[in-house]
Amino acid sequence: MAQAWELQHDAAVVVIGQDVGVNGGVFRATAGLQERFGKDRVQDTPLAEATIAGMAVGMATQGLKPVAEIQFMGFLYPALDQIVNHMSRMRNRTRGRLACPAVLRMPHGGGIHAPEHHSESTETLLCHIPGIRVVCPSSPARAYGLLLAAIRDPDPVMFLEPVRLYRAVRQDVDDDGQAMPLDVCFTLREGEDVTIVTWGAMTIESLRAAAELASHGISAEVVDLATLSPIDIDTILASVAKTGRLVIVHEAARNVGVGAEIAALVAERGLYDLLAPIQRVTGFDTVMPLFKLEHDYIPSVQRIIDAVELTFNG
Amino acid sequence: MKTVAEFKIEYRQILDPRGRAAGALPDFARDLGEVLRMYRMMTLVRCFDAKAVNLQRTGQLGTYPSCLGHEATHIGIGAAMLPQDVLAPVYREFGTQLWRGVTMAEILIYWGGDESGNDFAVPRHDFAWCVPIATQTLHAAGAAMAFKLRGEARCAVAYVGDGGTSEGAFYEALNLAGARRLPVIFVVVNNGWAISVPVSSQTAAGTLAQKAVAAGIPGVQVDGNDVFAVREVAARALDAARRGEGPCLIEALTYRLSDHTTADDASRYRSEQEVKDAWQLEPMLRIREYLINAGSWDPAREADLQAECARRVDAAVSEYMAAPKQSTDAMFDYLFAALPAHLHAQRATARKYGSKASGR
Repeated sequence: MAQAWELQHDAAVVVIGQDVGVNGGVFRATAGLQERFGKDRVQDTPLAEATIAGMAVGMATQGLKPVAEIQFMGFLYPALDQIVNHMSRMRNRTRGRLACPAVLRMPHGGGIHAPEHHSESTETLLCHIPGIRVVCPSSPARAYGLLLAAIRDPDPVMFLEPVRLYRAVRQDVDDDGQAMPLDVCFTLREGEDVTIVTWGAMTIESLRAAAELASHGISAEVVDLATLSPIDIDTILASVAKTGRLVIVHEAARNVGVGAEIAALVAERGLYDLLAPIQRVTGFDTVMPLFKLEHDYIPSVQRIIDAVELTFNG
Repeated sequence: MKTVAEFKIEYRQILDPRGRAAGALPDFARDLGEVLRMYRMMTLVRCFDAKAVNLQRTGQLGTYPSCLGHEATHIGIGAAMLPQDVLAPVYREFGTQLWRGVTMAEILIYWGGDESGNDFAVPRHDFAWCVPIATQTLHAAGAAMAFKLRGEARCAVAYVGDGGTSEGAFYEALNLAGARRLPVIFVVVNNGWAISVPVSSQTAAGTLAQKAVAAGIPGVQVDGNDVFAVREVAARALDAARRGEGPCLIEALTYRLSDHTTADDASRYRSEQEVKDAWQLEPMLRIREYLINAGSWDPAREADLQAECARRVDAAVSEYMAAPKQSTDAMFDYLFAALPAHLHAQRATARKYGSKASGR
């Protein structure tokens, strides 16, 4: 819907990717767009991720705004060369002469019984790259508003779309062309006793945990990070200053995850606001299992509740 | 069994190594003023290149990839392009860039370790040097896609080396260009060596031009030391691409008379005799002979040209030496259109501890 709006309102926007045309994308995120906007503006690419990212660089530097779909995050890696070596640094290395206003959309995370390589959450690889933004919406409305912002942004944005949200969450979204701000967190639930920072599909478990914690008399604030890089640390620090406790929840593996960066920033700048050690509830530092074990990998509501309780009873 | 596909690769040479023309000359070559213009630029490139190597040897420039021996290919391609076309170079194509308006000072500033050399005053739309091998071929294809979607009569030109034709990105770019009939020309500069690896170790293919065949696009081989042949073949391909007739691959056969870069020592892996033989075929000789035979050149004019080139190169070196060092802010200020909040503090740290902006 956001892509349709921008295709309609900005002649420079072009949607590219594997199966985005007649098929409308494997998750139907581009359904109907080719019919409406034609084969030039909504075009299938050859089956090659480096091609998609590399041609996006070429198109973006020459005045277009490509919105490219990588079919799954697990297939992103051939494109990393182009992202790291070109997309992220084009503006910098040409001192602003050329820029890359491109968006790479990709399904993110697990939980939908998909085959191997279709369920990974490797945002930390992207967050380490200077010169790009990494965005992960937590609801259809936020997907709409943040994708509009990503397309309009003059710099490259990696847009991670949690696959569980494609299927699990239905929500009426106003198609009003209103973008949401990048680089800021969204507070999904206000609370007084503990701050839970999370993003993407893990907002589902985090909000459920917060609801359950409320029945135990614990008031949890749930903050949706939304833009994973750069991190809006000020919102998190303000929340921690209020609650004194921080639990970070992400589906991705723990080691050098985005949670580690948040914990480090809070340790650097908000340590004296903390009443208890920071807790992280994350995927394990293992290979993402096939789907029979995937719900044992993805943090559960109970793991989040237990981590929160640790900050009270540690 | 029956044959379902076969191919042939044409080879084009106009001037032989002694400057004798075989057959009719293309129009541009009948205009001696235009031939002189190309020869003068080739001479400037060679003069500049030698100076750049010397600057590196004396500690005044970073690692530098010499283009010695590539002058005919570079100028032939440059002269075939139009200003509105887009160049995606590797890192050695200084001749084409100078022809298109990039300045010698800009080249030195970049290879002297400063990104502002990439901020070409002209042409604004060309890509900067591309170090990760063959990745630029996809940028050219993407640029060509932009031209095609907007209906512009423009063409993208991507350079790639013989070693670069082993990269996946190269095949992907050819494939995309063919599948979408994009206005893009791939120029494979086959100079025989990818650092220390000869073409024969790079591929079993008899020519690099035939790599176009699998992508469904035409491939042609040209004597890359013959500026007439390079320009003729490139101009034909570029004109066709601008008319919407699709991409082309041109393999230019030349020789890297220099080390790979100033950090390399080619004597470790190739024979003196091979290099000596290659000097017999080098591109300046034949075009100079051609001009002398045409009565348009003589030792006095050559001496004047050499002196003029030396003056221009010296002026560029002076401009380079006088260019101010960037402030530490430059690391931050071009990363995004607007600096994200968290980088303000890092920029301040860099300011506090960084070396002061000053002359080189």
